[in-house]
Amino acid sequence: MDRNKTHRNRRRVLKGLHFFGLFLVMSIICIPGLWIILNSFRPTVEIMAKPPVWRPSFTLEHYRAMFGGAGQGGVPVFSYLWNSIVISVTSTLIAVLIGMSGGYAFARYRFKGKSGYFVGLMLFRAVPGVALSLPLFIVFAKVGIIDTHFGLILVYVAMNVPFTIWLTDGFFRQIPKELHEAAEIDGCTRWQAFWKVEFPVARSGVASAAIFAFLTSWNEFALASQLTRSVDSKTMPVGLLDFTAEFTINWGGMCALAVLMILPALILTFIVQKHLIAGLTFGGVKG
Amino acid sequence: MRRRLPEWFVLLLPAFVVVAAVVLIPLLFSLYSSFTPYKLTRPSTLWTWIGERNYERILTDWKFWAAFGRTVLFLTIALNLELLFGLGIALMVNKVTRGQRTLRTVLMFPMMFSPILVGFQFKFIFNDNVGLVNNVLQSLGSDAALPWLVDGNLAMFSILFAEIWMSTSVFAILILAGLFAMPRDPLEAAKVDGCTPWQSFRHITLPFLMPFIYIAMTIRSLDVARAYDIVQIMTGGGPARRTELLWTLMSRTGYVDAKMGLANAMGYVSILLSIAFTIFFFRKLSAARAELGMGG
Repeated sequence: MDRNKTHRNRRRVLKGLHFFGLFLVMSIICIPGLWIILNSFRPTVEIMAKPPVWRPSFTLEHYRAMFGGAGQGGVPVFSYLWNSIVISVTSTLIAVLIGMSGGYAFARYRFKGKSGYFVGLMLFRAVPGVALSLPLFIVFAKVGIIDTHFGLILVYVAMNVPFTIWLTDGFFRQIPKELHEAAEIDGCTRWQAFWKVEFPVARSGVASAAIFAFLTSWNEFALASQLTRSVDSKTMPVGLLDFTAEFTINWGGMCALAVLMILPALILTFIVQKHLIAGLTFGGVKG
Repeated sequence: MRRRLPEWFVLLLPAFVVVAAVVLIPLLFSLYSSFTPYKLTRPSTLWTWIGERNYERILTDWKFWAAFGRTVLFLTIALNLELLFGLGIALMVNKVTRGQRTLRTVLMFPMMFSPILVGFQFKFIFNDNVGLVNNVLQSLGSDAALPWLVDGNLAMFSILFAEIWMSTSVFAILILAGLFAMPRDPLEAAKVDGCTPWQSFRHITLPFLMPFIYIAMTIRSLDVARAYDIVQIMTGGGPARRTELLWTLMSRTGYVDAKMGLANAMGYVSILLSIAFTIFFFRKLSAARAELGMGG
């Protein structure tokens, strides 16, 4: 009897600790983001108030200022948003195409020095953006593609190709060779066999690779901050800096832009989150 | 007759070309310029060859070594804590029976944040005047406003906190995926044989999770330099260089002081550091895979 009771008590304590731990972790994860969202709706006076005001009031002033255009002390948000969309989407598409063909080559063909090429490509991904930005800045200035969409797209394609190869390689390897061989016997060319048989099977891998490529380009700052100069090509991460002045920061406005920046990434990730996890683990473990 | 290129080569060609054009060529250029006293303000200096003097200069500079040591220390602490927290979170979430999917979705939240956004977010939260942390502390009755980003040690803590907040979820999610994929039988057999929970975790669960942990480490080691964005925004390497990492030192030398040659020499040291991290974890990853018979 007694032993049963202590056992049950211990279970209860453990359960309580488990719940408390989870609650703590989830709050730490959520609160910073929620704080940003909350503050994007609070008037500046309230954000700056001393002692702090805990009952939030509601205003759209920051969003109005942000979308109001450059004339009213706002930031040219629409240009930044447009630049971000064009650059991220284009570079993702190109990187996925190039990466997919590379991943297919690694998964399906045998050739000399294969693992050498593979690790070599990955190492290029490991080059820190800051270190790369110094020479790229000079080279791009010489070629004349600083502050253009083309320049940034090129950079992001190169950044995302190695990781895309890694992920898609793992997925194509999962597909039994017999599948495309059967298709070829049935009269498909290799090209048709790929698009009709292998691509549909590996689709979730390609989707996760695309999401990662998109997030990388959407969020990248170290290179974008040096290779962009004006509204012609500044992306949103660089645009965030517009809210900082020498000694003050327009916190409310910054929060509003932050919300705008995080929303597309959030929506996109929620839609394909299942692929995301599958992509990471398949590509890595079994590849 | 024209010899046809092998198919694999044709398929890989675009990848090689774009990587060579955007990464390899600039890197070769920066390798060259790291042997010159190149300054952005005086382009002609690009053609003066000074040998390894830049490297000599940074290798004898204590400021560089301080930044280098701090970077390695920072990465070691951050990666280890991220692994520990990630493992803990994954084990906790794995035990949950209801609402697990929601928890997993919440876990992915920080992965979508841009590093620079994380920097701003925590700069706001740790702000000594209007930040959330100090507001809470003051409302709870503490008088002093803690100078989170102004004091050297506190600033380092804040940056580490931001970095860990951003990257722990990569570990948590991958380890969780590992836990889902784990076969049940060995665990039950161990229970029957009288293993304590700790024993079965140590000898069954953990070895099975190792490849997943190494993937997470490899993915992380590919972009450890993301910490640059956070530090640049939160403190800019200050106060008085107390949070200066290799990357912030490099960008200041290159862009503010315009000493491109010197900065590129530092860049090479940082590239070697990143590559060392990546190769280390890549080898661990393939070793762990081979052990589990997943190689190929």
